[in-house]
Amino acid sequence: MEMKLLAGPVVALALIGAPAYAEITGDVVRIGVLTDMSSLYADNTGPGNVAATELAIEDFGGEVLGKRIELLTADTQNKPDIGLSVGGRWFDVEGVDVIAGASASSVTLAVQQLAGEKNKVFLISDAASSDITGKACNANTVHWTYDTASLANVTGSAVVEAGGDSWFFLTADYAFGYALERDVTAVVEAAGGEVLGSVRHPLNSSDFSSFVLQAQSSGAKIVGLANAGGDTVNAIKAASEFGLVQGGQKLAGLLVFVMDIHSLGLDVSQGLQLTEAFYWDQDDKSRAFTERYKKKMDGRVPNSIQAGYYAMITHYLKAVEALGSDGPGDAVVAKMKELETDDPLFGKGHIRVDGRHMHDMYLFEVKAPSESQGPYDYYKLIATVPPEKAFRPLEEGECPLVKN
Amino acid sequence: MSTAAIETLPRVEPQASLRHQYVIFAILVALAMVMPFAIYPVFLMKGLCFALFACAYNLLLGYGGLLSFGHALFFGSAAYVSAHAAREWGLTAELSILLGTAYAAVLGLCVGWLAIRRHGIYFAMITLAIAQMFYFFYVQAPFTHGEDGIQGVPRPPVFGIIPTVDDHVFYYIVLAIFLASFLLIYRAIHSPFGQVLKTIRENEPRAISLGYRVEHYKLLAFVLSATLAGVAGATKALVFQIASLTDVFWAMSGEVVLMTLIGGLGTIFGPIVGAFFVVGLQNYLADYGSLVTIIQGVIFVFCVLVFRRGFVGEIAKRIGKPL
Repeated sequence: MEMKLLAGPVVALALIGAPAYAEITGDVVRIGVLTDMSSLYADNTGPGNVAATELAIEDFGGEVLGKRIELLTADTQNKPDIGLSVGGRWFDVEGVDVIAGASASSVTLAVQQLAGEKNKVFLISDAASSDITGKACNANTVHWTYDTASLANVTGSAVVEAGGDSWFFLTADYAFGYALERDVTAVVEAAGGEVLGSVRHPLNSSDFSSFVLQAQSSGAKIVGLANAGGDTVNAIKAASEFGLVQGGQKLAGLLVFVMDIHSLGLDVSQGLQLTEAFYWDQDDKSRAFTERYKKKMDGRVPNSIQAGYYAMITHYLKAVEALGSDGPGDAVVAKMKELETDDPLFGKGHIRVDGRHMHDMYLFEVKAPSESQGPYDYYKLIATVPPEKAFRPLEEGECPLVKN
Repeated sequence: MSTAAIETLPRVEPQASLRHQYVIFAILVALAMVMPFAIYPVFLMKGLCFALFACAYNLLLGYGGLLSFGHALFFGSAAYVSAHAAREWGLTAELSILLGTAYAAVLGLCVGWLAIRRHGIYFAMITLAIAQMFYFFYVQAPFTHGEDGIQGVPRPPVFGIIPTVDDHVFYYIVLAIFLASFLLIYRAIHSPFGQVLKTIRENEPRAISLGYRVEHYKLLAFVLSATLAGVAGATKALVFQIASLTDVFWAMSGEVVLMTLIGGLGTIFGPIVGAFFVVGLQNYLADYGSLVTIIQGVIFVFCVLVFRRGFVGEIAKRIGKPL
């Protein structure tokens, strides 16, 4: 009730252009990074996400509107119940204003609902499920880096164009895997290809032999890896041990990051086509960011997820500054959608009403060992896909916010 | 169970005065009534659910001497059924919990019937094997949604009228469920049935020679323990509004053993202390990521070496009264 009574005068003040007064709850802006610090996605997310967030906070001098910015981190271990209990405690007890995260799609969808109930802000870079800005969307969420629809649009259509018109999927058995398989299937079928079948494997598997054998016996030209992180690495290794590529089939890694290529080595992964939203060696700005990031991360380079953390935290802090307040959550997110985004890593863009951030996506091919100039020189650019082509059209997402 | 472990169990003399236990119980209830004003109620509810789970487990291990290593099966299965009932069928809270509990009871009857034919490590391995079989069933079954778990479980009103969305209100409902189950366990332990159970734990051949049909007693203890573990799981699903694979994974079976041992095996209040201790550790150490399991392991080793009777068990020995 009190909130509603206050809302009137506040809106009125804002409309007549009165200077926004700083209303920062608890006199501190608390950012919670909730991500996979120890499990199979830790290389692609985890400590790198924290480092990128720290860089964003550093660029604001550690404060916004004269108030301190505080950073909390926690490990979800990719389990939805842990994500929910930490998230609940952060919002209710520790006064966290915004959570950035939250590792796997299963955890993310759970925390997204929580952020909606508590009316806080939830910024997503790790998770890929396109349901986040689709059926599950709410007014408290921004989904930054990529989603399964964009991976499908970019990788799927490129592979079918190159003649890979029959597919078999190795799918991780949870929300992200299903969403990726569904979205790629739609793209492949629209382009005239067909899907011969799929097999689901448990998350964080170490033994892919039976799944690879099923893929081999399917006779499909393309084996699509609808998984990520350690699972993709293990699947590619198993495929190379069973001679899948020598047998005339091709692998399509639907979600592969630069650290995965690093752990596989160029010998195994050369020629693999993949989609990412950011590459560290793109331009001077990305290289400058990478230098700062390397200092924090023992010489590793950032991937698109980690770049996404820097960009979305930066944009969040800008929105808090413009709004003059760090809450309620839906007001901050509305401000984020209203402001154009502009940062050194993703360039200019905007956030759509369903929470999707719009930017270019890139199709890369992994270099052969002879082409690579040194460590982390792995990608060559094949195509740049503009946001309207890369992401799912607004009206196809079934997001309730769009209808209103 | 080895005889060495059994010797550490406190022996309760039937004629021992239990008045001090009523006093402690009254203090605990009074404390529980005011706690949510000081501590985050969701954390307290989690603690209560696990305390009930540990008490149910203690009934089997502490009083029946049966080391089950598959109790997550009953906890997690009940959580799935109660979450599914509340979310898909729109049942009220008490019906969802009852349905989950009934399912755990049926599972307990089947697993118990099979497992009590063996002793010691074989008993433990059979329970573990069956629990893992169900785990892989839940991984694949469509209604559990695999890794996602059953998310967004509503908190329907109890009896259709008492709202449970507010954490403070729901806390008192969870507390009532806990107290009712706790009193049931207390009654069972101090009944003739409980006395026979302890006799079987101490010396099974002698119980047989006295004419007791020990497998009936063991089966009843197993089903009772599974059912109460089910109450805990079904309630937890509504507290966190999620039922996931974590609840049926074998690590959860290990966790409940840890809680019971740390608190004090075969003591009335030990499992409550143990559960709150372990849940507190997990809650406040979550920020340290994978270190949580290492710290837990160190504490476990420390307890086994230093106080083998658990926190409450050691105190009971000092004051010379059963707790």
